[in-house]
Amino acid sequence: MIRTQRLAVGVCALLAALTAGIAFPAGASADETTATAPKVDLVIDVSGSMRAKDIDGQSRMAAAKQAFNEVLDATPEEVRLGIRTLGANYPGDDRKTGCKDTAQLYPVGPLDRTEAKTAVATLTPTGWTPIGPALLKAAEDLDGGEGSKRIVLISDGEDTCAPLDPCEVAREIAAKGIGLTIDTLGLVPNTKLRQQLSCIAEATGGTFTSVEHTDELADKVNQLVDRAADPVVTPVATTGADQCAKAPMLQSGLYTDREEFGQQRWYRVNVPDGHELRASVSAAADRQVNPSYGLLLRATTERGREIVRGEAAGNGRTDVISTGLRYPKAEREDVEGEVAPETVCLQVTHSFSAASGVKTTPGLPLELTVDVVEGPSAASDVAAFGLGRGWWLLGALILAGFLAGLVWGWLSRWRVAVWRTN
Amino acid sequence: MRITRVLSATALMFGLAVAPAVADSSPSPSASQDGDAPTQAGTSFRTATEIEQGQTATAGASTGDYLYWSFPADAGQRPTVKATVKLPDTHAAESWQIDVYDGLRRRQACQYGAQTRTAAAGAASVELTCVLRTVRAWSEQWANDPLPGTYYIRLTVVDVPTSDLGLPVDASVRVDSKDIGGSAAVDGSLAEPLVPGVAVKSPEDEESSSASAVLSSIEPEDGWASGWWSDRWVWTAIGGALAALAGVGGYALTRGSGRPRQVPPGA
Repeated sequence: MIRTQRLAVGVCALLAALTAGIAFPAGASADETTATAPKVDLVIDVSGSMRAKDIDGQSRMAAAKQAFNEVLDATPEEVRLGIRTLGANYPGDDRKTGCKDTAQLYPVGPLDRTEAKTAVATLTPTGWTPIGPALLKAAEDLDGGEGSKRIVLISDGEDTCAPLDPCEVAREIAAKGIGLTIDTLGLVPNTKLRQQLSCIAEATGGTFTSVEHTDELADKVNQLVDRAADPVVTPVATTGADQCAKAPMLQSGLYTDREEFGQQRWYRVNVPDGHELRASVSAAADRQVNPSYGLLLRATTERGREIVRGEAAGNGRTDVISTGLRYPKAEREDVEGEVAPETVCLQVTHSFSAASGVKTTPGLPLELTVDVVEGPSAASDVAAFGLGRGWWLLGALILAGFLAGLVWGWLSRWRVAVWRTN
Repeated sequence: MRITRVLSATALMFGLAVAPAVADSSPSPSASQDGDAPTQAGTSFRTATEIEQGQTATAGASTGDYLYWSFPADAGQRPTVKATVKLPDTHAAESWQIDVYDGLRRRQACQYGAQTRTAAAGAASVELTCVLRTVRAWSEQWANDPLPGTYYIRLTVVDVPTSDLGLPVDASVRVDSKDIGGSAAVDGSLAEPLVPGVAVKSPEDEESSSASAVLSSIEPEDGWASGWWSDRWVWTAIGGALAALAGVGGYALTRGSGRPRQVPPGA
């Protein structure tokens, strides 16, 4: 009985191994390209106001269509491009329905230029401007995969679907930690639209551009799509603890986390003897914060003794504040055999404060780089190899040489005299 | 400066390996092939566009963007970062600023130069400069002295009315560096330059040569300096030779010229 079972298990395992062996390589290579392919979702406002004829004498819609055609021609092969509309379908007055009006015009995937262009050609300015819901849907469109993700939002009017603040939506999307950037383009924007769109952009580390000419629009969207195609390191999400003992152990790499106002985050890194720990941290101001702020990164031992710290402070407009530290750990010669690596605790605290009326959750995004490299030898002298340079050095050497010569000469004269008298 | 040249020439005669010294003594690499200079800028530390020293990188951007570039700086160099921003035809007064960060993302001080400048309303362009401190080969871990490695430039507008946000601007940056030479030579060196992600990069490179993204793959044109050469070798060698000569002179002084008169011939 037992033998039969074993045999069965063995056959199953063999079969599984074979199938895996056959299935895996093909699947893996296909997955690799699609999984890391950069994804871009163009979100275009097709609300009624796009009829206004104020971009180089043609309507905003026509300008957008022309720009899209150019962009679709220039999109790099590897980019997975999708198009989403907002306010394209519901012409009525019902706010509730109008604010749900967002549709996928062209799914995110390998680009068929002709099909995409045909789809764009059908657009006619129609309804409301539900930016928030459109962003949420666009984030869903881009879900999955390891590559960089980018939403390019083109709009000509501020969101007409309060109370859902698109800026809050953008922040929530960023907080999901999927590495998504939202770039916004405002067509002939007014002050309110500028504020809203730049708020959306800043919440995700994107850019805001105000567009007044057709060629500007095409150039900018092209630039953004190209930017998405550039390979970037994707950070690994981690969650720091509130004390060192519970902190996650980090290897060399790039990490992201969120840190609320007034919170502290701890991480741990193992540093073997003769290695150097390099850590840097950036806290991004993804919402309106008060103008004075700071950041502190401390490396401590497990017992809480501070080894070294990096600190930064600033005021005024900023995207991030960042600092870093180095901790070279000397090679110990008196210890024999393998020495367990030292565990270094990293504590991150920022002193941003939220401007009044700004949501404090989720926390501000942190970006943490950790590198553990071979350490340097300790320097024994200020100057290189203890060498000197300059006229004073030459003078001193000449004087010393001269004096030595004199003394040597007198000595030998005295010796000759002593020898002669004897 | 002349003395350095003379000494370098002497070093040549001595047959010392002066190749690095000669390479170092040119003020900046003459590699300004502006044809392949980057025409984009990154928008974060992670996406910073890598530029070479002596290259003029340009980027079209919008007012309010944070533009990032990164460049390599090696020991003994004193980099100067210059940025020019061409502003739109009509705009209100706005302040622009460049910040320079090192490979650990620590802000580096500018010794001098207009790091922040306010462009008056309607001004055509604004020019910014930041002269960094000399990059040292080694420093104590508690200091934030500039060390060899990647440096990041961040260019942004720090004070702007909302009405000007998003307007198109053209930015260009250029980094040149002055070679400070032996006076900045210090003992010790870093095992690896301060290039972010250097610990992640090296093992991957051995396994596969695939073009995977790295945080920074920056390196100076002729590689990182090994750190052993400085003109202090020449100074010290010449000092030693002169001391020997002076010693012979001092000895000769005590002995007078030729044979002493008291010594009988044949002694």
